[in-house]
Amino acid sequence: MLDNLKILWHQGKQYIPDITNAKVHGLFRGRPVISTEKVNEAELMEICPTHAISSNPVCIDLGKCTFCGECAFAFPGKIKFTTDHKIATNDRNRLIIREAHDEPVELDPLLIRREIHQYFSGSLKLRQVSAGGDNSCELELNACGNVNFDMGRFGIEFVASPRHADGIVITGPITENMAQPLQICYDAIPDPKIIILTGTDAISGGIFEGSPALNRSFLTDHQIDLYVPGNPIHPLTFINGVLELIKKRK
Amino acid sequence: MDYISIKNNQTLPISSIPELEYASFLELNASSLLKSSGSHCVNYFGFPDAGTIRLICCMASDEQNSVYISSSVVDAKQPLPSFTKHSIAFEKFEREIHENYGITYTDHPWLKPVRFSFNRADKNSTVANYPFFKIESEELHEVGVGPIHAGIIEPGHFRFICNGEQILHLEIQLGYQHRGIEQLFLEKTKLLQRITLAENIAGDSVAGHTVAFVNLWESLCDYQPGRDLQLARTLALELERVAIHTGDLSALCTDVAYQLGSAVYGRLRTPVINYFQSWCGNRLAKGLIRAGKNNYPFTKAVADELIKVFDAFEKDFEDITEELFSLPSALSRFEKTGVITTEQATTLGTVGMAARMSGIIRDIRSSHAHDLYVGLNHQPVIKHHGDVYSRAQIRKQEIRQSIGYIRQLLQNIPQGINNPGQLSSPQPNAFTISLVEGWRGEICHCAITGEHGELIHYKIKDPSFHNWLALALAVRNNEISDFPVCNKSFDLSYCGHDL
Repeated sequence: MLDNLKILWHQGKQYIPDITNAKVHGLFRGRPVISTEKVNEAELMEICPTHAISSNPVCIDLGKCTFCGECAFAFPGKIKFTTDHKIATNDRNRLIIREAHDEPVELDPLLIRREIHQYFSGSLKLRQVSAGGDNSCELELNACGNVNFDMGRFGIEFVASPRHADGIVITGPITENMAQPLQICYDAIPDPKIIILTGTDAISGGIFEGSPALNRSFLTDHQIDLYVPGNPIHPLTFINGVLELIKKRK
Repeated sequence: MDYISIKNNQTLPISSIPELEYASFLELNASSLLKSSGSHCVNYFGFPDAGTIRLICCMASDEQNSVYISSSVVDAKQPLPSFTKHSIAFEKFEREIHENYGITYTDHPWLKPVRFSFNRADKNSTVANYPFFKIESEELHEVGVGPIHAGIIEPGHFRFICNGEQILHLEIQLGYQHRGIEQLFLEKTKLLQRITLAENIAGDSVAGHTVAFVNLWESLCDYQPGRDLQLARTLALELERVAIHTGDLSALCTDVAYQLGSAVYGRLRTPVINYFQSWCGNRLAKGLIRAGKNNYPFTKAVADELIKVFDAFEKDFEDITEELFSLPSALSRFEKTGVITTEQATTLGTVGMAARMSGIIRDIRSSHAHDLYVGLNHQPVIKHHGDVYSRAQIRKQEIRQSIGYIRQLLQNIPQGINNPGQLSSPQPNAFTISLVEGWRGEICHCAITGEHGELIHYKIKDPSFHNWLALALAVRNNEISDFPVCNKSFDLSYCGHDL
């Protein structure tokens, strides 16, 4: 018992006090900034493994980007990845970063359904479904609840049954073999409910885009409430994105 | 010779692999090669070749530090006698061959679907109608769990047959995660696309699978990586081991309701994966490993930071480890729970921790060393009881061992970049095998190229492919409430199995 207390005391406070203003240290690749420098755009587009870069003007689609950073190595004057981790949004178009636009990625308050703020602003229970996820986003979603990120302090938690949930968090490119279980799980969640796509694979299929083993029809049939890009997502991206979603609309 | 002997990461002409009659192919691999100790199957697969199926079997000899490759050409319509009849270690490989090409076996005891791959031979076999083993009894009951589980975890279906609280039988149905990766390796032809695919095979084994791919690719392109590339790869593999083992110890504590252990090991993982981020910009090392180059050189400054991370890590790790491994309430849940005997592990051909927990010395780092493992003289951590406790102890000791290796490697950091220039194109009509000891166990990638050096077959084997059956057997006669801690102590990959 005394040893336990000693460890507890020695560990001290491990949580990040201010999640909203927390900075990510090191080389983190978050929101890219694209300069107006003239480059060979065909060559630039050719580098990208997931066709996330388009030309005239040069844009990077964060819903397709794997954040490998190879474009920034090849064209350092053109593309820079900043450490801005707040890249979640509810508007698919806002994930497309345009040349010469160095502005934060934000949620569109008008797209947030009224009931989300009304019912979920103080408490949000989520069900996670991995549909072909590679266990990297899953690890990071677990990390959201650990003692460092401590998402539970905001009343946001993952629950064990869809019957207890207010929404679904999807990871992975959605395989054919998971298409039906995903639909059954979604149907089991009581209304009103939200859908969050987590990670590049879920948003666009990522590197698996076009694979015949996928079945992404679920996404065409439902409205998506939040896109959280990353490969995998950073816990701060997820937590701040969800907080914006439930708090932003007044 | 009936087989050709090659080393890890060696490329040879596909024509040099001996082609045997099926009967002698079976005798060689399922019987005579298995007689020598330290011999086991690392990969066995088929690929379509001019209307027939060419089967390629890769048997590793740990004593000779070699892999013996042999092959046989068969007709998919002709039923065959199975390897599995002679050795259970082949059961899943043959099920996969059956699923992919429709080859039937006359004496395979359990010829069920493996992963319901999109290009399977029998499209009527679907994930929704898996043929579970049934038992007729008024006293027994079935418990179905999944595919979606209670926590944040990948999908798979577990079907228990129980007598009261006791598990009599568990059958594990997988395939939900199948993304068609092996086929995508052929279709996505840019090198960066293939590396990205390798990074996304299993997100908890990014270093493991990516090192397997780049070592294979460099061998195909006849490229010798410099010491700085080898150092980065070896460090990444050992850091990944420390990070995931620490996270697993946290999860083991969670499953026996030891909250302090769960919290402390959980937070101890954070500085290790954050270190990956400060080195390469990604907490799980995506972006770090590249063929023929390294975007994030391991400099003296980067090294100094790592030493600081471990100086802080070790003290806290030892504190909580001493507490956990002397805590009767935790140990009583770990000891004699989920046992796999040495005999069972040998029969099943388990790999990684699932072999070393039962007294089997099986570790690619010592038997088929690559990169800087060649100079480390690795001694595998071996336990003998095959229970949850053995698996927890292996993690504890491997974390200490890996930190020791990392500190040793940091004493000799190469100055500047000393890699030869560009990668050439892959050799035509070639075969390559790459083995890596990931934290979970032995990873095996095989590639076959065509006339113009293009990939015509890519085969990935995750260690979980061998080990899932061991989990199913380990829980027999245990209480169903011990299933979570058994499952976590194996910590097998769903996506790595389903690819």
